[in-house]
Amino acid sequence: MGVGTLVAASLGIDGLVSDESPSDGADPAPMRSLNSGEGAPASVVACPNGPLLIRGDFELVGPDGEELPRTRRTVALCRCGASVLKPYCDGSHKLIGFRSEP
Amino acid sequence: MKQPSPRGDISALVLAVISGTAESQQEPLARLDRLVESAVAATADILHDDDLQLALFCQYELHYSGIDEAGDDWEWNPDLLRVRHRIEAALEARVRDEVVLGSLPEATSEAVCQELFRMTGEDSGPSMSRFVAKSATEEQLREFLVHKSIYQLKEADPHTWVIPRLAGRSKAAMVEIQADEYGNGLPARMHSALFARTMRSLGMDDTYGAYLDAAPAITLAVNNLMSLFGLNRRLRGAVVGHLAAYEMTSSQPNRLYSRGFKRHGYGEDATEYFDEHVEADAVHEQIAGRDMAGGLVESDPRLLQDVLFGAAAGLAVDTLMTVHIMEAWESGRSSLRPSESMAS
Ligand code: FES
Ligand SMILES: [Fe+2]
Ligand SMILES: [Fe+2]
Repeated sequence: MGVGTLVAASLGIDGLVSDESPSDGADPAPMRSLNSGEGAPASVVACPNGPLLIRGDFELVGPDGEELPRTRRTVALCRCGASVLKPYCDGSHKLIGFRSEP
Repeated sequence: MKQPSPRGDISALVLAVISGTAESQQEPLARLDRLVESAVAATADILHDDDLQLALFCQYELHYSGIDEAGDDWEWNPDLLRVRHRIEAALEARVRDEVVLGSLPEATSEAVCQELFRMTGEDSGPSMSRFVAKSATEEQLREFLVHKSIYQLKEADPHTWVIPRLAGRSKAAMVEIQADEYGNGLPARMHSALFARTMRSLGMDDTYGAYLDAAPAITLAVNNLMSLFGLNRRLRGAVVGHLAAYEMTSSQPNRLYSRGFKRHGYGEDATEYFDEHVEADAVHEQIAGRDMAGGLVESDPRLLQDVLFGAAAGLAVDTLMTVHIMEAWESGRSSLRPSESMAS
């Protein structure tokens, strides 16, 4: 299976960042069928002063391995700690002035 | 959309012309052109001019849902387009006057994204969301929905016009956002459908345009600005910046709006639209700033200024609408135009 599994509880600040250059239109992405169970590999964008944006094929599970409720393919995971929708970002990082950069 | 009531000579003539046929309408079209020419020169402020805003709204509507009793041919009628162009040129000039841009960032995706977050993070006047959360009466909640319904019942459509004019990273990002706006294949999850559900749960008519007569000029101007940007390829940078600004000013206000409806005892039927936007737009704002707007500027650095202009223009005109609504509410008045459709 080419499906990444992300355990939300393990995503601390600067948690899991892929080394692939994200969404850079120039890179040809490998073509795979969504039905084969091998979708596009997950990519994680560490948004400066904001959430972790995760695209591609992945599962989002809690510490018990159960899938977390999820209604969209691409998600933003809170890494500032202030969201009331955790593990998802709700934009609160802007209100608390969260800085991920030095 | 059903025909709205005219608000003056110009909107009356537009509605009369499009309800007839092109062949028999040469004289009225010429008269319309002359009327508009002097009206755009004479108006005290086109943003608050009911007659001109409604006339423009109706002409744009020919590109969206159409207008009852108006023939489809009017959409591309050159004489009517000339009239539309006069009004939209005046609107664009007025908005360019209103908007002041700071110093331009570098034409890189990250710098554009940061500048957009800076612009949208600035305090822009009265907060309607805080008021709705804490103090709005039930009647004011309804008024709030009336203003929003003009756009939200066709949410995402004005920006979608730009998709074929984009390429690569910015196009993929725009489509990713719009797919979410359009429910990812589930009609009931379309944001416009969620908004309609909110309206129904307050006992309101969710037909597109049902409350158009009640919407003041500035509310129409908010919508006309989006159509102006969306329908002109020349302004593709502006429509992208406009969408980015909308996505970036959504999560927190929508959380507060939801609270206002809960405070009055409304349940999920009413609040789902707002709750969905808290989570969705925390995703959309990142994609919009970095990939859609930033990606567009990286692929064509000449569009940098237009992207920022579109964002600033959207914020400025929305602020004017908020000011209009809050001033009315603070002095105990309705923010709507007197209209039979709200009398019930
Ligand atoms: S990162 Fe957005 S709310 Fe925490
Ligand atoms: Fe939306
Ligand atoms: Fe959105």
